[in-house]
Amino acid sequence: MKYEKRTPELRLKLEGWRSRFVLVLAMLGFAVLVGRAFYLQGMDTSFLQAKGEERYARVIEMPASRGPVKDRNGNPLAISTPVESIWISPDDVEARSAQVLALARVLDMGGAELRQKIASKDRQFVYLKRQISPDRAAKVMALRIPGVFEQREYRRYYPAGAIMAHVVGFTGVDDNGQEGVELAEQARLAGTPGSRRVIRDRKGRIVEDVESVRAPRDGEEVDLAVDERLQYLAHRELRAAVAAHHAKGGSLVILDARTGEILALVNMPDFNPNNRANLMPRETRNRSVTDLFEPGSTMKPFTIAAALDDGIVKPDTVIDTAPGWIRIDGWPIHDSHPHGLLTVSQIIQVSSNIGTAKIMLREPRERMGTLLRELGFGVAPRIGFPGAAKGLLRPWTEWRPVEQATIAYGQGISVSLLQLARAYTVFTNDGRLLPLSLLKRDSAPIGKPLYTARTVHEVTRMLERVVAPGGTAPLAQVPGYRVAGKTGTALKPENGRYVEGKYVSSFVGFGPVSDPRFIVAVMIDEPEGLRNFGGDVAAPVFASVMGSALRLLSIPPDAPQTLNVKALERGELEANAPGARAPG
Amino acid sequence: MGRVNALLLAAVIACALGVITSQHRARKLFAELDAEQAAAKKLDEEWTQLQLEQGTWATHKRVEAVASRQLGMRFADPDTTVIIDRAGVPAAGAPGRP
Repeated sequence: MKYEKRTPELRLKLEGWRSRFVLVLAMLGFAVLVGRAFYLQGMDTSFLQAKGEERYARVIEMPASRGPVKDRNGNPLAISTPVESIWISPDDVEARSAQVLALARVLDMGGAELRQKIASKDRQFVYLKRQISPDRAAKVMALRIPGVFEQREYRRYYPAGAIMAHVVGFTGVDDNGQEGVELAEQARLAGTPGSRRVIRDRKGRIVEDVESVRAPRDGEEVDLAVDERLQYLAHRELRAAVAAHHAKGGSLVILDARTGEILALVNMPDFNPNNRANLMPRETRNRSVTDLFEPGSTMKPFTIAAALDDGIVKPDTVIDTAPGWIRIDGWPIHDSHPHGLLTVSQIIQVSSNIGTAKIMLREPRERMGTLLRELGFGVAPRIGFPGAAKGLLRPWTEWRPVEQATIAYGQGISVSLLQLARAYTVFTNDGRLLPLSLLKRDSAPIGKPLYTARTVHEVTRMLERVVAPGGTAPLAQVPGYRVAGKTGTALKPENGRYVEGKYVSSFVGFGPVSDPRFIVAVMIDEPEGLRNFGGDVAAPVFASVMGSALRLLSIPPDAPQTLNVKALERGELEANAPGARAPG
Repeated sequence: MGRVNALLLAAVIACALGVITSQHRARKLFAELDAEQAAAKKLDEEWTQLQLEQGTWATHKRVEAVASRQLGMRFADPDTTVIIDRAGVPAAGAPGRP
């Protein structure tokens, strides 16, 4: 009664249906819940199972590493190795000052710098040090400072450094190839990371493999044709020559004379792929593949060989080159020295422009135009290298007579050093041109026949005389071996005119002549000084590289008498040296 | 009837316990396998690092420097070279030094 007085609401008389209505509503609500529970437990079971699995199953990423690049003997040239990056979440860091000091010592950082990084509370993620060795990272983690974490990354190392820089190239921050083989073979080298679903127990151990979502695939290994030892030799000699002549640059290519594999490829200036902080485009450019130059006299053997093949001249045909210059279409053509009457052999030996031009003009334009293209000039070599230049060779239908004459001795045509070296494979394979390969080959390709074996033999005899006393390049001689080759000295065209004093000196040769193993092509860009003819600048580089390469691979000397040693058996000596070094 | 049921019940319980123990053992073994795989990966990584280290120590530049400076070695010159043919007889050339 007391309450009724104080709370007038209780005195209200409510109608009976209202309580029943609430009861029905409540029952309906329960019915919906029971229905839903029945549905989840009995009919659509996957939803709750998935929710449950989320509590104990994890999908973990499985990183894949990038494939290594190796040389032909299996020495690593590019290799990915795990490194750790140390990062902190500044809000969570709880460290005593002794711990901070210890951390700074391990990371080789200043204590003040480290404190400043820890104090930047407005950020969630701060790198302390990126890409340190796992050993050092383990020391950091051993300090057990809360809020300090490590993160696994892969870093690409190039053990051969600058020596291999232009061949191997390098990768960018995202681990994708940017230059060289790293770019050319990106598809094979790159790994695909995978993932798998696992069950972890209370201690974080993986106790069951539920399923493999995607299997990781490590990148493939790429085996190059390059021989690291030859590459080192080539690099050392080229560097010395470029420095000695204060040249603007230089390139050197060594080819396997039997298989067309690229055994060495060096350019100057170079760069260190492991430290690319101050990289300049002129350093990364792979000059022997991308840069064009006028080959000069190194072209002459191809012209002469064509004339020999077509029966236009014989090695002893006499051509008049007096008085040291001629006019074609009103354009003068000069020899470096006036020579007078020369045989075809001597034209090669003393490198006469006039003689070569006169022989070339007896050939139909079409024949020379097609032949030069078949030799690979004006066509980009298919070696997969990024930016391989195709060179400049105007279609023969547009040639003027003077153009045909200058192309004969390598002016008015531009080639890359690689193209030039490749064209010389015709002289080491009985007239067959071999395709090049940057990757290791299992068997030698057949090649495309362009000259007859007889012509090649004759031209080789001539090229051997180039390095004999009386030729243009006696400095190209290699003690103990017979070698053959051709010098080239060409003025550099700038803005359509030749600039006096700016030369490209080159030498392309092969050896040993009795059974050629290597083709070595050397190009020195703008050597300074008076001695800038190919025979003085490029030929000594050829000789030292070829000599070292032959000795390194233990190739038996085919002219042992030039080693200044007495022969034990006279007969054997003569068999080994068929009078090849006689001056011509 | 009751006895058969009791027997079956016992069998079911035994089977259930068997399933539990074998599952537990499977997980334990799997954890071991996983640890071994992690160790293998770690060894693999160490191998790449050792290869790298070897590559760094064995660079031609360093080998050449050590050979010529520390060990006083030099290239064999033609005077001290003897060429031997396959039969093991000096083919051409005499020993440079008696």
